[in-house]
Amino acid sequence: MQGSTVDNKSQVTIESEPEATTGHHGHPDHRMFGLYIFLVSDSMTFLGFFAALLIYRAIVPVWPPEGTPELELLIPIINTSILVASSFVMHRGQTALKKNDVKGLQVWFAITAAMGAIFLCGQGYEYFHSEFGLTTNLFASCFYVLTGFHGLHVMTGVLLILSVLWRSRQDEHYTSKSHFGVEAAEIYWHFVDVIWLVLFVLVYLIN
Amino acid sequence: MSTTVEKIVPAISDGHKEHPQRKWQDYFGFSTDHKVIGIQYLTTAFFFYFIGGALAEVMRTELATPDPDFVQPEFYNQLLTMHGTIMLFLWIIPAGAAFANYLIPLMIGAEDMAFPRLNAVAFWMIPPGGILLLSSFFNGAPQAGWTSYPPLSLVSGKSGEEIWILSLLLLGTSSMFGAINFVTTILLMRIPDMDIHSMPLFCWSMLATSGLILLGTPVLGAALILLSFDLMAGTAFFNPAGGGDPVVYQHMFWFYSHPAVYIMILPFFGAISEILPVHARKPIFGYRAIAYSSLAISFLGLIVWAHHMFSSGTPGWLRMFFMATTMIIAVPTGIKVFSWCATLWGGKLSLNSALLFAVGFLSSFLIGGLSGVMLASVPFDIHVHDTYFIVAHFHYVLFGGSVFGLFAAVYHWFPKMTGKMVNETLGQIHFVMTFIGFNITFLPMHQLGLQGMNRRIALYDPQFQTLNIICTVGSYILALSTFPFIINIIWSLMKGKKAARNPWRALTLEWQTASPPIIENFEGEPVLWAGPYDYGIDQESIDGDESVEDMLATISAEGQ
Repeated sequence: MQGSTVDNKSQVTIESEPEATTGHHGHPDHRMFGLYIFLVSDSMTFLGFFAALLIYRAIVPVWPPEGTPELELLIPIINTSILVASSFVMHRGQTALKKNDVKGLQVWFAITAAMGAIFLCGQGYEYFHSEFGLTTNLFASCFYVLTGFHGLHVMTGVLLILSVLWRSRQDEHYTSKSHFGVEAAEIYWHFVDVIWLVLFVLVYLIN
Repeated sequence: MSTTVEKIVPAISDGHKEHPQRKWQDYFGFSTDHKVIGIQYLTTAFFFYFIGGALAEVMRTELATPDPDFVQPEFYNQLLTMHGTIMLFLWIIPAGAAFANYLIPLMIGAEDMAFPRLNAVAFWMIPPGGILLLSSFFNGAPQAGWTSYPPLSLVSGKSGEEIWILSLLLLGTSSMFGAINFVTTILLMRIPDMDIHSMPLFCWSMLATSGLILLGTPVLGAALILLSFDLMAGTAFFNPAGGGDPVVYQHMFWFYSHPAVYIMILPFFGAISEILPVHARKPIFGYRAIAYSSLAISFLGLIVWAHHMFSSGTPGWLRMFFMATTMIIAVPTGIKVFSWCATLWGGKLSLNSALLFAVGFLSSFLIGGLSGVMLASVPFDIHVHDTYFIVAHFHYVLFGGSVFGLFAAVYHWFPKMTGKMVNETLGQIHFVMTFIGFNITFLPMHQLGLQGMNRRIALYDPQFQTLNIICTVGSYILALSTFPFIINIIWSLMKGKKAARNPWRALTLEWQTASPPIIENFEGEPVLWAGPYDYGIDQESIDGDESVEDMLATISAEGQ
């Protein structure tokens, strides 16, 4: 994951050179840099939530509070593997585009969006069938707010992918040289993926 | 490189014929021009400053007598909450962003910010956020103070509190979008000749500020989302009645809100570092020391938050840690104050409004900084916690520091922004009244705090009345002091003397273009022919506006 981000970054700086004059105001395209800064900032939101969860875990005498039903792990584990796999699927889409294969991009991105949708459905199924509600106790509240906030990010990611698919119908909108939208959607998706792994450990595994 | 030069040349000859100027309508619409956005930020900030100031005057009038006879205590609580929130989130922070937006691209020789549209979006979140916040007055404004500690905030009026949360989420997002722009622009869009150690110190301070905004604001967002769930959905994150812990909110809140203090002062540290060398005609003392101390402040600023919580039952080891880090932060701040004094030392001062406010900033901020070190020490802090000593301290930092710095910046860059000179006499009257009013208002509060007068309460023990009357009188002087300022701004805009390109004979790049700067800032790429602070080095040849232009012509001729 780390490796692939660094790769992308170096590609951006190399590729932006010839594009220098095509940017909006005649300067090189800095959008990828801006995206990275945004993601650093966004990760601080999750850090805030995680910190709150860890503090509760440390100060509440029994964690999760007594009477919290066991979390069903089967669906979350399937969901986790779907989300992790989707990152690799998505990367194939970008690889295809780099070989000027727009059809390939569309196929792989469509699969990624479908996997994201399945993840969201799994999450929804879990919400409807869990034995506790938002206000049952502190753990339940943390569970819903954290997974819900992450779910919003997954939904944003799916919408980003769908908008990439929509735009890719135009000829030459994304080329092997210029495809900020594709790359940005992918970086964002990897980010959401990594956040999920941390969240999965903190919420499901070590409670 | 040569291709870009060719690209720019036709654009210049186009602009040269017409020199299109912004129409006044542009300032009311969705403009992506960083200069328009900068002015929009600044005027919006001033609009809210006057509202926040009016609220403060009502509070001071109430506090002239020990009994709550002028306003009801509930309304007093609303006033203090709104005064704090407006002054921090709708005045100081947007005003810092105003100068950053206006100056950064000009200082580094760029045409605009890196993401002009994002920039406009960031600005246009502020008026809705502000109007939303003010609208809460119709429905019972929040009463829990700008800190909104639960459980108080959970029991003191639902709708007002939720409006407060939503408004802050809007304003916080706006400030984050701004920061993304500042960092990207400063790091990636300087003209090729300008390396990071020859960029103006204002850019360094905005880099430090933006880092804090990007790392801190999201955590406040998380805290507010959780608080919102407690308020509206009945969860118990911060509600001890349901097993939650209010101290967790305090940690998350101060993780942002202590750095926020530096978000509010660092831009004006930067402005002061620009203003002093120009009006003292001396190179800045210790460029790198000032630059790196900004970064040091922003790093340390992230690990001092619990000094606001010494009386919240924090364990002893935690108090020791935060006491130590808080005191350490005095070191980079001291380096700055020392460097500014050394810059002034032996300089050829022109005591105009900008420099007066800058010196006023130095002296008042020093008092605020020193009382900050006093408050860092746990025993003293516990003694004066929640008293007027705290109020005195942060007004010396925020008013004596940020606001004085802000006015210095307004006087310094007004000619550049508007193309008109300000009236010096009115400016100096403004300074004298502000400085006197400010000290009469806030200096006695130290004493009140030491004697144990509680803050945030409408009624108080009659023994404190004399000092309170003095404070109230001071606050009226402060209110009056804004009139010379307003008259000066309006008069100068209408009838002011036309400002030349470089009225202060300053060396940073924004003074190389017309006043006000042309759209897209420069006719061709600006030439970096001196360091930003090389004053007094070649006095004879740099004399007045004309010769700067001559020199530029010579240098660009040599370059070709």
